[in-house]
Amino acid sequence: MMDFVWLIPALPLLGFLILSLFNKYIPKAASGYIASAMLLGSFIIVLNLLCAAIGGTLPENVAHVEILNWIHAGKLDLSLSFQIDNLSVWFMSIITGVGFLIHVYSISYMHDDEGVTRYFSYLNLFVFSMLLLVMGSNYVVMFMGWEGVGLCSYLLIGFWFKNQAYNDAAKKAFIMNRIGDLGFLLGMLLIYNQFGSLEYSTVFNQAVTIINPNEPSGIIFAITILLFVGAMGKSAQIPLYTWLPDAMAGPTPVSALIHAATMVTAGIYMIARSNVLYSLAPCTLDIIYIIGTSTAILAALIGLTQTDIKKVLAYSTVSQLGFMFMAIGLGGYTAGVFHVTTHAFFKALLFLGAGSVIHAMGGEQDIRKMGGLMKKLPITFFTFIIATLAIAGIPPLAGFFSKDAILALAFEASPIKWGLGVFAALLTTFYMFRMLFLTFFGEFRGTTHQKEHLHESPLLMTIPLMILAALTVFSGFIDVPHVLGGHNWFSHYLAAANIALPEASHIPASTEFLLMGVALTLVVLVILTTYVLYVSKKTMPAASDSELSFLDKLSYNKFYVDEIYDAVIVKPLAFLSDFSSKVLEKLFIDRIVNFTGKSVQWSGKTIRFIQSGDVNIYAIFMVFGIVIILFINLILFLN
Amino acid sequence: MITTLLIFFPLVAALIVFIAGQRMAPTVGIIATLVEFAIAIYAYLHFNTAEGWNFREVQPWISSLGIQYAVGMDGISLALVLLTTFLLPLILLSSLLGPLKDKKLFYVLALIMQSALIGVFTSKDLFLFYIFWELALIPIYFICLLWGDENRKFVTFKFFIYTLFGSLLMLAAIIYLYLSAEVRSFAIENIYLVNLSACEQSCIFAGLFLAFAIKMPIFPFHTWQPSTYTSAPVPGTMLLSGIMLKMGIYGVIRWILPILPTALMEWGWLAVLLSVIGIIYASIIAIKQSNYKTLIAYVSIAHVGLIAAGLFSNSTEGLQGVVAQMLAHGVNVVGILFVVEILLNRTGTLEIAKLGGLRNQMPQFAVFFVVIMMASVALPSTNGFVGEFLLFVGLFNYNPYITAVAGLTIILGAVYMLSSYQKIMLGEAKPEFNSVKDLSLLEKSILIPIVIVIFVFGLFPNLILGLTEPAVNEILHAVNNSIPVAN
Repeated sequence: MMDFVWLIPALPLLGFLILSLFNKYIPKAASGYIASAMLLGSFIIVLNLLCAAIGGTLPENVAHVEILNWIHAGKLDLSLSFQIDNLSVWFMSIITGVGFLIHVYSISYMHDDEGVTRYFSYLNLFVFSMLLLVMGSNYVVMFMGWEGVGLCSYLLIGFWFKNQAYNDAAKKAFIMNRIGDLGFLLGMLLIYNQFGSLEYSTVFNQAVTIINPNEPSGIIFAITILLFVGAMGKSAQIPLYTWLPDAMAGPTPVSALIHAATMVTAGIYMIARSNVLYSLAPCTLDIIYIIGTSTAILAALIGLTQTDIKKVLAYSTVSQLGFMFMAIGLGGYTAGVFHVTTHAFFKALLFLGAGSVIHAMGGEQDIRKMGGLMKKLPITFFTFIIATLAIAGIPPLAGFFSKDAILALAFEASPIKWGLGVFAALLTTFYMFRMLFLTFFGEFRGTTHQKEHLHESPLLMTIPLMILAALTVFSGFIDVPHVLGGHNWFSHYLAAANIALPEASHIPASTEFLLMGVALTLVVLVILTTYVLYVSKKTMPAASDSELSFLDKLSYNKFYVDEIYDAVIVKPLAFLSDFSSKVLEKLFIDRIVNFTGKSVQWSGKTIRFIQSGDVNIYAIFMVFGIVIILFINLILFLN
Repeated sequence: MITTLLIFFPLVAALIVFIAGQRMAPTVGIIATLVEFAIAIYAYLHFNTAEGWNFREVQPWISSLGIQYAVGMDGISLALVLLTTFLLPLILLSSLLGPLKDKKLFYVLALIMQSALIGVFTSKDLFLFYIFWELALIPIYFICLLWGDENRKFVTFKFFIYTLFGSLLMLAAIIYLYLSAEVRSFAIENIYLVNLSACEQSCIFAGLFLAFAIKMPIFPFHTWQPSTYTSAPVPGTMLLSGIMLKMGIYGVIRWILPILPTALMEWGWLAVLLSVIGIIYASIIAIKQSNYKTLIAYVSIAHVGLIAAGLFSNSTEGLQGVVAQMLAHGVNVVGILFVVEILLNRTGTLEIAKLGGLRNQMPQFAVFFVVIMMASVALPSTNGFVGEFLLFVGLFNYNPYITAVAGLTIILGAVYMLSSYQKIMLGEAKPEFNSVKDLSLLEKSILIPIVIVIFVFGLFPNLILGLTEPAVNEILHAVNNSIPVAN
């Protein structure tokens, strides 16, 4: 079976090459099918691996597949090789599975776009890079995938390149990710410097033997923090999150695949993969917890007042990613990966559903201009509501279990942490149901032209919705906790990939039931409140900025973080650039150089007359010289 | 024999081109450079890494002064010869497209320059090295002067004087080394044995380093470079930045590291510091440049700064990174300058503000542009990454903090490359460029080899690293073995 592993990334790469090299000869309608077929091929191989992983028949739990001896210099010996274990297989399944559904969806969604072949070639390239990211057996291969997905994200956000606002968003995403990448790079350099290798197995073994877990180690702290900076960039955490909402400029399926289900969870993968290091650095985990929680709450607060359907979902993604980091900060690597999984399903579903709505509305994204769509788009509505219930954490949908796992961890750490988690969850519930009600309930508020064209999307779009809806319903059951009569199957599954199991819960079952009950009651109350607000009372978000109250204004304008960054970083950098090139360079350094040159010329000109060839002048100089010498002699003699 | 052939074949070819006349000149010239490239490939295939210097040749020249004609190639030399011979045909081809008048003369000068460059990279005699070093300056001086833009006179004069000033210091250092040698000879073996006090080493270091630093150029000796790059015709800029600046880096590897270990310990930090300042300084300036060619000139300073810092990292990884990045930079900068050439030919301007939306008319060109840009910002799987990563590894061993500062280049690089790309290529189509055509076959035949090399050396860097590792270790061995002599 391992002989075919290389095919998993190779197929999407092949798809990319075919679509980009022969794009002139491939009919536009065929490109989507080619790209999807490649992914289906990968998905089937991955499924085989997944079965083996679940059955525990992966060779020794960890299989190494070397593709290429990549860079060899001095003691550095990097190979392009894959590590197939339960963790990587799990991510590969999500990437190829959800990826395939989104490819299929895109066939219909993008069919009348003139750049459809280019679109699918980028999409294939993205899947290839994402697979590299999770399959690599060392940090540099991860980095290769990491940068690759960054490039694809850049290309796809700016897919409609005629619009400079979209191009700005693409550029912003790439640059902000690069800030994180510098952290990742320095982390790698420090790892190599300390452990002499970048292979996961070697690094982790070395770390465990060298580092005493009871003594805080500055080196491990530095390594984990630097890697986490990389994760902040890719997974859109404070302070590097502002690119993700802007990234919604890309086509909606791209938002579903890259900016919700897969790429943005790369940071979680990285930390789960390096959990051995992170467990040795409690300080870093605390920082991750703080960043994760703040991001979860801040993004949710912004989400409360957004009126663009994709922006709401974007802030929701940022917030949910914060949840995942919250889990990791509490030491719950499995809980983090569990939430990655369920989130991949329900958030992809939400984005695709939003895409279906936008498709029906002829490109309109403002929820103030929607309403009453449930009758016209029944499948979209039905699947959308499932996803919304899931993200709100209503049992027995997937989101309930994964969120509950995180909240349980939080309570164990401290009731306050639990409270913060519940608060973020309630905010989530509020903005999600606000969006749901404004979009699908009430009266239609768009133009009559739009109203006539309202239609349910074709099957190619709705079937992926239905499959994702099914996954959203059932995927939670993989990790049912003991209190609810489960066996935490997923945690045990990941434990085989050396991911530390969280310590057995110390909370009495009765307390845990109580906590669930309280959280659930609050969620239901919030849902009822939004129903009253947006369905019964038909409250409408203000049409213009000036009508908003102070707090709403703050939230609607995203706490002015972009403006602050602009004033603190972008503008000063531009000023520095101008200053350096116009003042430092021209008036200072270059002037010294030119002055040196000029002064040589000047002295040449000045002294030139003494060598004019005029014997009279020479004679005068000679006389002067003799006089001076005699004079000096005289003084010396007298002394 | 092969080495001699590599040095003098272009010279003979130059003569033939000169005789062949204006019409035949391009054909003859390009064929000659292709033959030259084939010879270099032949040398690569027959190279024996275990042997150290391959293809050696020694002939007495000016015996009374101990000057020999001694040439040969170790891995580093061969790598640079490969770079030179690979780029020359592309540069000559690209000159076909431009508005260059009197192509024959250009081809003659370029071929003479190739001869001198290969001489620099293969000399095993310090005096011979100096001769070739100076010889290389003459053709490029005329290229800049004859085909440059309206500022060419002042700019070229400044460039000439500046580098000549460096050369003078180098000459003084060379003579001092010669006089200090036990045996009166410029042969590399003798020069490597020269025993100098710490103070002497520092002075020699100052002389040689200034000469090389001006050539690269390292901050703050760089001010001749942006104006020269901007003013010179594009093929001239390609010669300057693609190959000629590697002379300075090569000079440090060959003639500073093994000879002046004590001075390195004393002054190496200063060289690293200047290099890193240069990276950041040039990157920041590049952000707001209004002329794309000037922007590329500053980018080149930034990239070379990192290479220069790696020179003093005293580690195999770092020096291997220097070699890898020299090759990568050579290929990528010629690629991006060819992009510049195409832009200039199509639109008549390089002012970024006047360009825009060209992707609408030139989708294929946009693909090549993006690939070269990504190699320039060192995306993994491109050649740029291998060199940059190794340089960072080496530099990190030297000093982690300075590496963190130098690392800012990966952010700033994205800023200036993506911003300028966006302003030039993206956005709505501009009506004034409606008649602009996408790439021609000839243009593709230049861009495709560049893109292939970008990926081949991004994915299989060991093709070169394996070649140069013994040579690099040899240099490092010399550095570390001769340290205790001081004090």
